[in-house]
Amino acid sequence: MSAVLDHHGGHAHGHDHGHDAHHPHGWRRWVFATNHKDIGTLYLLFSFTMFLVGGVLALGIRAELFQPGLQFVNPELFNQFTTMHGLIMVFGAIMPAYVGFANWMIPLQIGAADMAFARMNNLSFWLLIPAAIMIVAAFFMPGGAPAAGWTLYAPLTLQMGPSMDAAIFALHILGASSIMGSINIVVTILNMRAPGMTLMKMPLFAWTWLITAYLLIAVIPVLAGAITMTLTDRHFGTSFFNPAGGGDPVMYQHIFWFFGHPEVYILILPAFGIVSSIIPAFARKKLFGYTSMVYATASIAILSFIVWAHHMYTTGMPVTGQLFFMYATMLIAVPTGVKVFNWIATMWRGSMTFETPMLWAVGFIFVFTMGGFTGLILSMAPVDQQLHDTYYVVAHFHYTMVAGSLFGLFAGFYYWGPKWTGVMYNETRGKIHFWLSLIFFNVAFFPQHFLGLAGMPRRYADYPMQFADFNALSSIGAFGFGLMQVYFFFLVVLPMMRGQGEPAPQKPWEGAEGLEWEVPSPAPWHTFETPPKLDATATKVIG
Amino acid sequence: MKRKFERRVWSAALARARGAAVAAGASLAAASAWAVNDLPGGPAVRQLNLQPPATKLAADVQVLHEGLLVVCAVIFVLVFGTMFYSILKHRKSVGHKAANFHESVAVEIAWTVVPFIIVVLMGFAATKTVVAQKDTTNADLTIKATGYQWKWGYDYLKGEGEGIAFVSTLDTAHRVMSDSGKPPPTDNYLLKVDNPLVVPVDRKVRIITTANDVIHAWMVPAFGVKQDAIPGFVRDTWFRAEKTGDFYGQCTELCGKEHAFMPIHVKVLSQADYAAWVEGKKKEMAAKADDPTKEWKLDELMARGEKVYAANCAACHRADGKGAGPIKALDGSAVVLDADKSKQLAILLNGAGNGAMPAWKQLSATELAAVMTYTKNSWSNKTGALMQPSEVAAARK
Repeated sequence: MSAVLDHHGGHAHGHDHGHDAHHPHGWRRWVFATNHKDIGTLYLLFSFTMFLVGGVLALGIRAELFQPGLQFVNPELFNQFTTMHGLIMVFGAIMPAYVGFANWMIPLQIGAADMAFARMNNLSFWLLIPAAIMIVAAFFMPGGAPAAGWTLYAPLTLQMGPSMDAAIFALHILGASSIMGSINIVVTILNMRAPGMTLMKMPLFAWTWLITAYLLIAVIPVLAGAITMTLTDRHFGTSFFNPAGGGDPVMYQHIFWFFGHPEVYILILPAFGIVSSIIPAFARKKLFGYTSMVYATASIAILSFIVWAHHMYTTGMPVTGQLFFMYATMLIAVPTGVKVFNWIATMWRGSMTFETPMLWAVGFIFVFTMGGFTGLILSMAPVDQQLHDTYYVVAHFHYTMVAGSLFGLFAGFYYWGPKWTGVMYNETRGKIHFWLSLIFFNVAFFPQHFLGLAGMPRRYADYPMQFADFNALSSIGAFGFGLMQVYFFFLVVLPMMRGQGEPAPQKPWEGAEGLEWEVPSPAPWHTFETPPKLDATATKVIG
Repeated sequence: MKRKFERRVWSAALARARGAAVAAGASLAAASAWAVNDLPGGPAVRQLNLQPPATKLAADVQVLHEGLLVVCAVIFVLVFGTMFYSILKHRKSVGHKAANFHESVAVEIAWTVVPFIIVVLMGFAATKTVVAQKDTTNADLTIKATGYQWKWGYDYLKGEGEGIAFVSTLDTAHRVMSDSGKPPPTDNYLLKVDNPLVVPVDRKVRIITTANDVIHAWMVPAFGVKQDAIPGFVRDTWFRAEKTGDFYGQCTELCGKEHAFMPIHVKVLSQADYAAWVEGKKKEMAAKADDPTKEWKLDELMARGEKVYAANCAACHRADGKGAGPIKALDGSAVVLDADKSKQLAILLNGAGNGAMPAWKQLSATELAAVMTYTKNSWSNKTGALMQPSEVAAARK
């Protein structure tokens, strides 16, 4: 575990020596971590662990759905699996993974010495641990884990056992952690950029995270409100959502999705930033429209606040409500299209090579856009009436969240991993990981479009037999996809963490630009302790 | 006329695509262990598109969906054709040198404005259908569908058949097949109910939805209908079936553990058949109406109770009364064996465990008395105790 875990080895800079005296060792280095790179590593390891936990639950679901009939789990446990798979993947895997990337890369990209609030950074990571323990422990509480779906709709939540309260508490803690992380990122970006790094010269990953952080600060409190009201409905006799006391279950959905829709853009915007860094690097050509990319990201973020009720077309909204949310939702296709067109215009007449990060980035564009198209189809209220709560929706959001968020994260890992660990990943293994993941992903999720069109509802433990073949195919794909991620961990990530592989040059990618490539690989424990002097494009240190 | 023509073109294209897909997956098809057939009015085997529409609204939705799919496919081919051309030609390995262009206001405006126009046109195309879906006025027949955990209750509120009410539950044999882990090939697996909803053809049927416990959703894909059933609130939707036959749907809002086991079966009859069904149903209901003051004998209550138990309780407590996991066993249960019958009755009427055991107050006094008597005298429970409907009726007040 040399490279990631032992930065002050052979690469120490002259000015690092003064700090070695204060450099904590052993467990103290991690528990009392205030270094943005250490905390970034912790976040990434945590999120990958949760990704595996959530993945095991997903495979439990797919095993049960391989054939009609109940073979492995009873319907109650099945509902617990679907619920916890969703909660763990969204709050435990993808969001912390992005924060890990932010911790590692934002200070490096903007020429800052560290995050603005180093101790708060420590707290926001370590809060994740009790929350994760509570979420996983929910399975062992009386009555099992929450089984009301990751959306936690009332009044089904009122029927849940004590694990519901544990999950609510865990979500509160995760939310507090997210808000702290977001504040840290906003303050770091706004205050700690190196002189000359103006906002409009900032790398797009930092831009998309800046916007994501604002989204998080805006909507996490809304989620906190919704689940707190659920908690008081459960225990303190209030009736916010409990119809038995005059409450309104639909109000819960409005509040939840006011959080939930911006949330799904929180889960994708940083991936847009990662891909926007990678495409120009491997096309050896400037990003086609930097300014419009920034504006498109901001437009998506703003629009995300006025489209929430497209998750609720079947609740019986008035016709004007349906129309408003339908048109508003369709508009999101415009800035999203701008992004895709920009990436392709960047590739156009470039001089492209296809190392693993580029493969993941191109795979991202290709497969994520399919999720975008199904999103457009779902935005149309009358069509959604047919497809709402069917497997079509499941296919749609896995195309955006697996082929979107997760592929973006993988792209970023292969792109920046050499900077983190100081060694190159094995290119053949990276390509195997990409191609088989891509194939298995599509085998797992493409047939689900057909299941949804044919009317198979989601969150079903058993189904009519006409759906059997596509479900079997989907399960095969899911197991293949899961297996590839185990392969990724043992044959790509672990060797890199152990320092096995070619030593990474300072800038492994010919066309890459940015301050992170101005420091050695692996990045020393302290970087940019004095603000660097930048060139006119703010991509190079000149003194 | 034009629309009809377009529909035919799309349908033909889709049929071809489907043929190709089926041929491609021939090995899978041949090896299919599930010797099931298409279910008319329900899903077909390896179905690729929406179910064949049985109402004009569902047909409109299908046109919208297919039209949208074609638009998306064209954009997809253009955009990714460009991308893959670039990937093939503009690579370093074929010696392509990177150009140095970036930023073009004209291009950026074009690819913002054109998609904007396309999506607004898509919106226009859908607007009429949104309005039509919401127009539940002037219904010929109004039926209330109430979602229960886990069954549907139907009350004919207005129109021919007014006053008819019944509960529609999944065939218990199917639930047992599901639990067995190896259900034999069955075309209507998990879609067969004891009492289907019966409606006349070519009549506007307004469905009012509500729920007793948690949110459910009433869906029939062939009608293009899906409406959440929300406890404490009423919502409505409508359909006008254009052909007779059986149509199937399922609950589409997660409603607890038996979510997958509360199907919807709508039987569409001709006007004459429907009138005959209404007459028969009314006679049957009159005959079956229980006199709540009647004194019942043990064997009568046991026979009736077994049916009530199978339809309502067996899903969770199991036919052998042993329960499962968090579901309490009734066999040997202290509450069931207790000489004080009011304890068990209170749980039946009010539920327990924060709704984990739902309240059953929608059952009639006779049904409650029968099922209580049944549980007190089945399996190893041998109390000999008898519950009369009059006792339940008294406790309800």
